[in-house]
Amino acid sequence: MDSAPSRMQRLSGPTVIVLALAVIGMLYTAFGAPAGHAKDDPTTEQSMAVKAGRELYLQGCSTCHGLGLQGGAGGPSLIGVGESSVIFQVESGRMPLKAGTVEAPRKKAKYTTAEIDQLAAFVGAHGGGPKLPPGKLNDGNLQQGGELFRTNCASCHNFAGAGGALSYGQYAPPLTEASARVIMGAMQSGPENMPRFSDNQLTPDEKKAVVRYVQFITKAPQPGGAALGRFGPVPEGLVMWLVGITALVGVTLWIGARA
Amino acid sequence: MTVLGKGAAGTGKWVDDRLGSSNFIRRSLNKVFPDHWSFMLGEIALYSFIILLLTGTYLTLFFDASMHEVVYNGSYIPLKGVTMSQAYASTLNISFDVRGGLLMRQIHHWAALLFLASITVHLMRVFFTGAFRKPRELNWVIGTLLLITGILEGFAGYSLPDDLLSGTGLRIAASITESIPVIGTWASILLFGGEFPGTSIVGRLYAIHILLIPGLILALITFHLMMIWYQKHTDFPGPRRTEHNVVGSRMYPVYAAKAGGFFFLVFAVLALLGGLAQINPIWLYGPYDPSQVSAGSQPDWYMGFLDGSTRLMPNWEIHAFSHTIPINVILPTVVLPGILFNLLGAWPWIEARLTKDHDYHNLLDRPRDKPRRTAIGAMGISFYVMLLIAGGNDIIASIFSISVQTITHTLRVAIFVVPPLVYWATKRFCLGLQRADDELVHHGIESGTIRRLPSGEFVEETVGLPVPYQITLTGVEPSERPALHAGEPPEGPGYGDKQVVEVHGNGGPVVHEVRRPRGFFRDKTISRKEPLRPEATMPPLEGTGKPRAK
Repeated sequence: MDSAPSRMQRLSGPTVIVLALAVIGMLYTAFGAPAGHAKDDPTTEQSMAVKAGRELYLQGCSTCHGLGLQGGAGGPSLIGVGESSVIFQVESGRMPLKAGTVEAPRKKAKYTTAEIDQLAAFVGAHGGGPKLPPGKLNDGNLQQGGELFRTNCASCHNFAGAGGALSYGQYAPPLTEASARVIMGAMQSGPENMPRFSDNQLTPDEKKAVVRYVQFITKAPQPGGAALGRFGPVPEGLVMWLVGITALVGVTLWIGARA
Repeated sequence: MTVLGKGAAGTGKWVDDRLGSSNFIRRSLNKVFPDHWSFMLGEIALYSFIILLLTGTYLTLFFDASMHEVVYNGSYIPLKGVTMSQAYASTLNISFDVRGGLLMRQIHHWAALLFLASITVHLMRVFFTGAFRKPRELNWVIGTLLLITGILEGFAGYSLPDDLLSGTGLRIAASITESIPVIGTWASILLFGGEFPGTSIVGRLYAIHILLIPGLILALITFHLMMIWYQKHTDFPGPRRTEHNVVGSRMYPVYAAKAGGFFFLVFAVLALLGGLAQINPIWLYGPYDPSQVSAGSQPDWYMGFLDGSTRLMPNWEIHAFSHTIPINVILPTVVLPGILFNLLGAWPWIEARLTKDHDYHNLLDRPRDKPRRTAIGAMGISFYVMLLIAGGNDIIASIFSISVQTITHTLRVAIFVVPPLVYWATKRFCLGLQRADDELVHHGIESGTIRRLPSGEFVEETVGLPVPYQITLTGVEPSERPALHAGEPPEGPGYGDKQVVEVHGNGGPVVHEVRRPRGFFRDKTISRKEPLRPEATMPPLEGTGKPRAK
């Protein structure tokens, strides 16, 4: 019984934790908590956006996701998915969902950017979750973005962001039309098969670098002529057979006819 | 004689006195070649090889085949400051900083794709026309070796830039090497100078790519052409063309001009492709890093069939005696090409054995006249094309929004089902074409004139096919066509079960009547019989082969 702790010792651990939590809680209430969230003050910009977002949500989203974002037969719960997820899904036109596809396809966005921000604010006000980092989203380091893109993204989205197939009809979509907000939102929220890149995996600055690189490879003009879809050697071989050899067999017919 | 003319004659005499070459040159310039568009397909390969040598030489001036790591500091901003191999950095320099470098690289790469595509097309021509038969079997083997060396050369070149795509290709090459039982691991370590990727493979492949294989290809091309020169070119049957002559135009000036012009047209097509269509944008792939891979990583088209066979192969492995035999790798990438290329190279002997035809053949077959060979060829092409499709299954899935698994599972069945169907369809197609020819030879061309016979029957009058066309279709002069035998089925040839064949003996063609054999390659329906109906009630036509306009 030498090594057995006394009753006092056994109780001291939990007591310290409880006390510490109480102190931290009091300190947080006093200094740390954001004012807008703590008090329901309808005059602040944030809560006005939440209110407008609530209207949009009830009209356009609640049928599937539920009146209280709790989800339902038609769609998953949105509590805690965060603003980034809303921005990715709605700005890329994936939500509202087109029925009956393996993956939500990109469509023309149904909402304006202002409305999307309001929706995002409403969803974000329920359970928090990732939100877009402040500042310009594509001012990261281009070289670093390239390295990170090749390591983390190219295996599904292809070296040039042209997209690629996954198993059973699923796919990594092409990144050619994605806006900076959508790319950032996707990395932060990890939609469908895509992994979620938390700020511990890729810091906000690293994500910004990836956004910049994606925009460079998909938007900047590249030397060398027609891109042929940037799907690698398959379209190149197709061009050789459909254009190169076909043209030259035509030439042999032409020369052959001029005996 | 002008001063210049005298000078030229003097030089010519000086050379001739020492080399005695004037006879050879005169004979060569006067050499006659037959004329047909399909005989120029191999030339495309020759010219693209010349363009490969020229552009390749330019690239060697700037390429540095070293895997030594450097920090890139060229003009392509997104890779500035990135650590990469010297090989990749120098390829970036060729693409962005060397004058004309990107154009040369792109022409070189397009020319490589064209080299193998034209070899393939040429091979199909030689196969379907039976040009590989005795005495040309050896040249067929040389052609097969050129195809194989061309593929290896292409793969070595594809691997040189040390970008993400080429490194991925090498990773697969290493795995294929390792899959070979017993020696695999040793062979891979020998090839890469240690564990993959090591630091020597690019330098080794460079030596292979710019010295060893090009030298081999050059030597094989030389033999290939010397044998065509010595054995003379084959020709399709036609007027005045026999097994013992060559009908056509002289090397000089006709073919010299045609070939020269053709070279520049090939160059033009490649320059247009190189200037207008981006090929292998290595700067987008980034430097090779074994931890990275891009979606849509495929080999160039000529290796695509092996990628396809690997993608179709079920994931079977044998674990025995604490060893793994990866059937899933060795079967589609080592065994399959081994079988295919051996079958290809041995085809002249296989066919001779099946047909028991060991004669000399200087006249070509029209593909329809050898339905079984043509059907086998078409079957082979369908097999190959399905492997190619399988090799691009993810791209197809991406573009057409279908599941990769659907494509793969469909092709796993189709690869066994479709070739026999293609065989059957092609054979029927050939027989149908033969009957159409038969109709033309024996019944002539429809004149559009309907005549009513005294019995009340309506018949359409036909016009005899002009003689040159008859010879092209039957291979013999009309006068040499054997007479119709009594007891022969009265309707058109190809419908009865007897056949008239010709065997070339010492004293010219000897006619035998045989029962229609059931053996391999022998269901040729056309027979050289006299027309069954009275020909030509209209005046003969002036060799146009078409009825005259009224």
